[in-house]
Amino acid sequence: MTGCAKRCKQGLVKFVMSLHKLITGTLNKDKIDDDFEMSVVCHRPEGLDKLEAHSNFSKRELQVLYRGFKNECPSGVVNEDTFKQIYSQFFPHGDASTYAHYLFNAFDSTHSGSIKFEDFVMALSILLRGSVREKLQWTFNLYDINKDGYINKEEMTDIVRAIYDMMGKYTYPALKTDTPRQHVDAFFQKMDKNKDGVVTLDEFILSCQEDENIMRSLQLFQNVM
Amino acid sequence: MAAGVATWLPFARAAAVGWLPLAQKTMPKPPVDKKSRSDEILFVNVSGLRFQTWKNTLDRYPDTLLGSSEKEFFYNEETQEYFFDRDPEMFRHILNFFRTGKLHYPRHECIQAFEEELAFYGIIPEIIGDCCMEEYRDRKKENQERLAEDTEAENAGDAPLPPGATLRERLWRAFENPHTSTMALVFYYVTGFFIAVSVIANVVETVPCRPIKGSIKDLPCGEKFSVAFFCMDTACVLIFSFEYLMRLYAAPSRCDFARSVMSVIDVVAILPFYIGLVMPENEEVSGAFVTLRVFRVFRIFKFSRHSQGLRILGCTLQSCASELGFLLFSLTMAVIIFATVMFYAEKGTKGTNFTSIPASFWYTIVTMTTLGYGDMVPDSIAGKIFGSICSLSGVLVIALPVPVIVSNFSRIYHQNQRADKMRAQQKVRQARIRMAKKGATNAFLQHKEDGGLQDGDSGSTALCVKNRSAFEHQHHHLLHCLEKTTNHEFTDEVTYSEVCMTDSVGFRTSRSTSLSSQQGATTSCCSRRAKRRAIRLANSTVSVSRGSVQELDTLHITKTPAGTQYPQSRSSLNARTEDLKLNCDDYTAAIISIPTPPANTPDESLPNSPAIPGILRNSRSNTYNIQETVKISSL
Repeated sequence: MTGCAKRCKQGLVKFVMSLHKLITGTLNKDKIDDDFEMSVVCHRPEGLDKLEAHSNFSKRELQVLYRGFKNECPSGVVNEDTFKQIYSQFFPHGDASTYAHYLFNAFDSTHSGSIKFEDFVMALSILLRGSVREKLQWTFNLYDINKDGYINKEEMTDIVRAIYDMMGKYTYPALKTDTPRQHVDAFFQKMDKNKDGVVTLDEFILSCQEDENIMRSLQLFQNVM
Repeated sequence: MAAGVATWLPFARAAAVGWLPLAQKTMPKPPVDKKSRSDEILFVNVSGLRFQTWKNTLDRYPDTLLGSSEKEFFYNEETQEYFFDRDPEMFRHILNFFRTGKLHYPRHECIQAFEEELAFYGIIPEIIGDCCMEEYRDRKKENQERLAEDTEAENAGDAPLPPGATLRERLWRAFENPHTSTMALVFYYVTGFFIAVSVIANVVETVPCRPIKGSIKDLPCGEKFSVAFFCMDTACVLIFSFEYLMRLYAAPSRCDFARSVMSVIDVVAILPFYIGLVMPENEEVSGAFVTLRVFRVFRIFKFSRHSQGLRILGCTLQSCASELGFLLFSLTMAVIIFATVMFYAEKGTKGTNFTSIPASFWYTIVTMTTLGYGDMVPDSIAGKIFGSICSLSGVLVIALPVPVIVSNFSRIYHQNQRADKMRAQQKVRQARIRMAKKGATNAFLQHKEDGGLQDGDSGSTALCVKNRSAFEHQHHHLLHCLEKTTNHEFTDEVTYSEVCMTDSVGFRTSRSTSLSSQQGATTSCCSRRAKRRAIRLANSTVSVSRGSVQELDTLHITKTPAGTQYPQSRSSLNARTEDLKLNCDDYTAAIISIPTPPANTPDESLPNSPAIPGILRNSRSNTYNIQETVKISSL
């Protein structure tokens, strides 16, 4: 909301300025670059040594990661729109923006509205090199949209629906409207141990550790880097 | 998918952890990543300019030359770098594409050179970034237009007519390109003269002449000398009608011709006369007829066939149709607005000229175009204020679209100039190429005459050899091999034509006999000599003009059971092989020209093209296998 009001004020100021210019007849061109400069924020990550200490990556891996990151985002930060755009490119069939939104919130641990390289590295470090508990904790954090420590059915439905959106329209068998709901019900049946309608972190971790499939799948992405 | 996003793929895969607890089935196995993950710096040497980049950068776009294994072809082991013999300036842009994912078009480069570089490196030009796309497209369109003009100009009909053209085609050509024949030129000038005469007659007949005796009033010349003018008019119309009918007859597509602008102008020019002939003499109808005579002035448009400038003007107006339309529309709007304003401003004034809004239109137009006749002038103060605003805005509105029209005219005019220049240039270029070709063949013939092809006579050849480069040596050797293959020699045009004339009759008989039962070295020798004299592989142009020499690309040798057919030809073929002294030993197939297989019937008279019985020599077997019949497939 604050961004919107700020933009409105800026627009009004510009209009008044241009009217003034029209009447007084100055020949200076509008300073278009003023606006542009304000939105470009440059961010530098903390040193390589510190990052290496905090994450599970080696120096070389961090270098590769940073080069790719900096290439895509020369300013050093990723905002949500860019993030959505990038993520959507991996899923051209459907609409990945909702899920990307949740992912963005999960990555943006400091809730600053943009992902810096440190956030990127920390998240990747957990997901690729972390322990099983850390991974499950991260996943719980992803599902918990309002970050209150509990996953309720609505949050889960949102997440599941977002995931199904990524599939797009053309699936086999065809998607029915209540498929997400059924999926959520199945999930809750498995995860909610005390049947109180919400899933806590401990319930979540416990249920996942009992499930063979999940345990096996967690080892899937180890060699991504 | 933009390959630049490939750097985010690991992250996207990592984020897939979020799906795992939800999954109802087991996940598939991940792909095994065989290639080494370590990143290395690659050296790329482009014509001396050394570039260095990460291997990952190049791997981003695997369907280009640099991103795929194709670059291994350019790897230089000694210097441990990839060497490309291409433009280093352009390579900068290519490499930037890999680095940033955006392809930029350098404005100072030739567009074709740029496209060629892109094609070499396997990058499609469609991915040029938005910042440069418009410039690229404009330049490309300009280039294509220019090339299209060239081909159009070539096909424009300056090429000579095929000899078998009908009268109709010749007539059409004469009409469209008058400078091709003198008759056409004469006709062109005659029609031009008559157009001018007709237009001048139209003009002069309205000039007042001295009145005939006994009358005071001034008479227009047309009525005084009505007979003379009528005769002149008739003559002109007759010529124009004749011309139109001829064009209609000669046109390749009469429908299209009848619909073209020039034909419409022609018809409109001559129609009033015929209508006038048919029209009865009563008063009311002849009033309408008089207005028809106005259309006679359209004859002046017939000049556009004669003048290129007029055509350019017409073209310009056509291409600026939208600008003109805009001009008209904005003028109309402004006229209506100001006329209304002026009318209401002047309404109160007594005896004003601004009697109605349409009456004010005239004032507005005269003021906006800054003519200012002064026949209608505002009196009230409001009227004067609005009148001044009207004239100021008029200047603006009219001045705006004019530069666009001017620039269009200039562009089309320059295009025309360029087309003419290009045609002249092409002719010079073709002439130069032809001279170069002739020079090459002459060099070979000269070489032969100097005895350079003689084996073993190194003394005399030493002098000639000195003046030739290695390339020439090899080239001449190749031509020599070809001669030996076909058992014929190269010669020049003069010799060929004179020999052809004399030997054509005698040649045929001698050849048929050679294919018949005659054997022995003498006959074959004679026949070969005759053949050598008569049949020449001179310039390719000569052979083409002779007609149907077919070049065969493949030969099939089929084995037939021994002794079945053609004993006669067998001997002749045998004899011929022995007489051949071939220097080039290792070739297995030869390109021969032959209209029909010589082994079919001995007495078959070959078609009128100079057939060259070809011999296939198998390098492996020195003895010609008689059982093999040569079946020649003509493609």
